[in-house]
Amino acid sequence: MATKAESRLTTLRVVSYALVITWLIIAAFPFLWTVWGSFKVQGDFFSKADWTNAIYGILTTRETGSAFTLNGYFGAWIQEEFWRNVFNTLVIVFFTVCISLTFGTLGGYALARSGFRYAFWVLMAALAFRAMPHITLVSGYMLPFFEWNIWGLKATTIIVLVAINQPFTLWMLHSFFLNIPKDMDESAMVDGCTRFQAFWNVIVPVMWPGVITTGLFSFLLAYNDYAVTSMLLSKPNETMVPAVASFLGSVQVQGNIMFAVAAVVSATAPLFVLILFFQRQIVSGLTAGAVKG
Amino acid sequence: MKHRTFFWFILPTLSAMVLFIALPIVSVFIQSLFVQHEQVLVVSESCGPFGCVEETQVDTEATAKLREERPLGQFNGLATYFDRSHLASAEIAEVWRTSTGLPSFIDGIMDLKFYKALVFTLTYTFVVTPLVLIFGLAVAVGVNNLPKAFRGVAIFISLLPFLVATIVGSMILSWMVDGEGIIGATLQNIFNDPSLSIKASTPLMWIMLMVYGVWHTLPFAFITFYAGLQTVPQDTLEAARVDGANKWQTMISVVVPHLMPLVSFVTLMLLMDNFRVFEPLVSFQAEAHAQSLSTFIVSDLREAGNPLYASAGATSMLTILGVVILLTPVLIRTWRDFNAKVH
Repeated sequence: MATKAESRLTTLRVVSYALVITWLIIAAFPFLWTVWGSFKVQGDFFSKADWTNAIYGILTTRETGSAFTLNGYFGAWIQEEFWRNVFNTLVIVFFTVCISLTFGTLGGYALARSGFRYAFWVLMAALAFRAMPHITLVSGYMLPFFEWNIWGLKATTIIVLVAINQPFTLWMLHSFFLNIPKDMDESAMVDGCTRFQAFWNVIVPVMWPGVITTGLFSFLLAYNDYAVTSMLLSKPNETMVPAVASFLGSVQVQGNIMFAVAAVVSATAPLFVLILFFQRQIVSGLTAGAVKG
Repeated sequence: MKHRTFFWFILPTLSAMVLFIALPIVSVFIQSLFVQHEQVLVVSESCGPFGCVEETQVDTEATAKLREERPLGQFNGLATYFDRSHLASAEIAEVWRTSTGLPSFIDGIMDLKFYKALVFTLTYTFVVTPLVLIFGLAVAVGVNNLPKAFRGVAIFISLLPFLVATIVGSMILSWMVDGEGIIGATLQNIFNDPSLSIKASTPLMWIMLMVYGVWHTLPFAFITFYAGLQTVPQDTLEAARVDGANKWQTMISVVVPHLMPLVSFVTLMLLMDNFRVFEPLVSFQAEAHAQSLSTFIVSDLREAGNPLYASAGATSMLTILGVVILLTPVLIRTWRDFNAKVH
C-alpha cells in the first residue's frame, strides 16, 4: 500500500515523470508523424512553409480532392512492385525462423544437459561469433558465392541468416532448457527411452514458451536485416528492408519520395502488431540473458 | 549426456556456425593477402613510313582469362594492410615528420581513409554507449515510479525505436531532420538560418548520427534495467530509508550497485553493436561526412565492376581485431569467473 510520503509529489518525482514523458514523445512522435504523413502528398509531408499543412493536408486536398490519399501506397505496392519484396520477405523469414529454431533447440538442449567442459567452450565460441560484425562475414561470402554461382539466391541468404542467428538462439534456448528440470527427461530415459525419444516426447511438449520467445527474436533479426540481404540478394529476390533503401535512391530522382515513405510504413506496420501481441515475451527475452546470468 | 549423443545434437548448429561464421573469417583473411591481377600488357611494334614505334596495349582477353582462372588474384602478403587506404604506415611516417604539432598531426591522419573511419567508429561507440547507459537507467527509474496502469503503455512505446529495422528507423528520422522536414525546418526558423542543414555540415551529421544511435538503443538498456529494478530487495530499500537516506542516496548506494551486473552485460552488448554501426550512415546518406569501418568495407565491395576483395578483406580483419581488443577485458573476466568456479 502506498503511504502518504510515497504518493506525495516531490520534486524528484516530477522530474522523473517529465523525463519519462519526454522520452515517450521522442520515441513515438517520429512514427506517428510518418504514418500520418504517408497519406499526404510530398508537398505536405515536407511542408517547409507551414508545418500545420502536414496535419490538415492543405496541398493534398488541392491536388487530390481529399485530405488523405493512397497515392504513395499505390505507387509503392503496384507501380514499384513492392508486393514482390513483401513476398520475398515472407519466404525468407519463414524458413530462417523454422530452421534456426530447429537447429537451436537441438543444440541448446545438448548444451544445457552436457556437463562437459567443451559445452562451455561451444558457448564461448558462440559469444565470440555473436560479436563479429556482419559486414566482415559478408565480405568473406562474396567471392566464394560468386565462384559457386549461388550468389543472389533466396536459399543462400536463408542459410546465412540461420547461421548468423545461431549464437543468439543457442544462448537463449540453452538458458531456457537449464530451467526445465533434468528429472523430467532423465526419468523418461530410466523408463527406456533413448536420449532423442526423451527429448521428443518429454521436452518438446513443454518447450514452446521458450521457443516462441526465441522465435520472435529470430523473426526480428531476419525481418530487419540489411547488411546480409542487401549484399547477398539479387534484385528480384530482395526483401523489404533493402528494397526500401534502394527505393530511396531511385524515387528521389523522380521526385516520388512518398513511395518510399509508404513502403517504410508498410514495412513497419507488422512490427506494431507483433509488439502489441507479444510484448510480454519480447521483454522477457530481452532480459533473459541479463537477469539470469 | 554421452559424447556421441552430444555430437549429434550439436552437429547442425555447430556446422552452420563453422561453415558460415568461422570459415568466412578465414576466407576474408586469405582474400586480404591477395591483390587483383595486373592487366596483361602486350607490347607491339607498329612500323610506319617514319620508323617503328613501340606500342603498349592491354590484352583484355588474356586479362579476363587470368582473372577467371585465379579469381583470388596474385599473392601480395601483408602489403594491403599497410597501403595508403589502410594502416598507411608510409603516410603516417610522412605526417609525423612534417607535422608541426598535435593538431596538424591529427589533421594529417584524418585525411587517411581508414583512420577517418576508425575515428568515427570509436567516437560513435564511446559517445553512444555511456549516454545510452545513463538515459536508459534514468528512464527505467522513471517508468518504475509510474502508476502500474501506465507502465505497459510506456514499455510498448519504448520498444518501437529499438525493434524497428535500423535502416527504416534512421530513414524516418532523416526525413524529419531534412531541411524541408518538420524538425529541420523548425530548427532553421529558430536559428533564423535557412542554410542550416544536416546534410551540409560534418559536425551536425556526426551529432545527428549519435542522437539516432541513442534513440535506437536506449530501449534495450531501459528494458534490461527496468527488469533489474523489479528485483531490488525491498528490505534493503526499507533499511536505507529507515537510516535516513533520501531518494537520491538510496539510488546511488542501493539501486545502482544492485544493477551493476546488468550494467556490464548491457555495456558488452552495446559495445559490440555500436562498433559495427552501418545502417544509419546509409539512411542518412552520410558518406560525404562520416564513414564507419562497416561502410568502408561495403564501399569496397560495391566498387562497380570489380569489387576490391583484398581491400575489403584487410579492413574486415582490422575490424575484427578492433572487436577483439574491445571485448578482451570482458572475456578475461569471464575466464576468471569460470576458473574461480572450477577450483
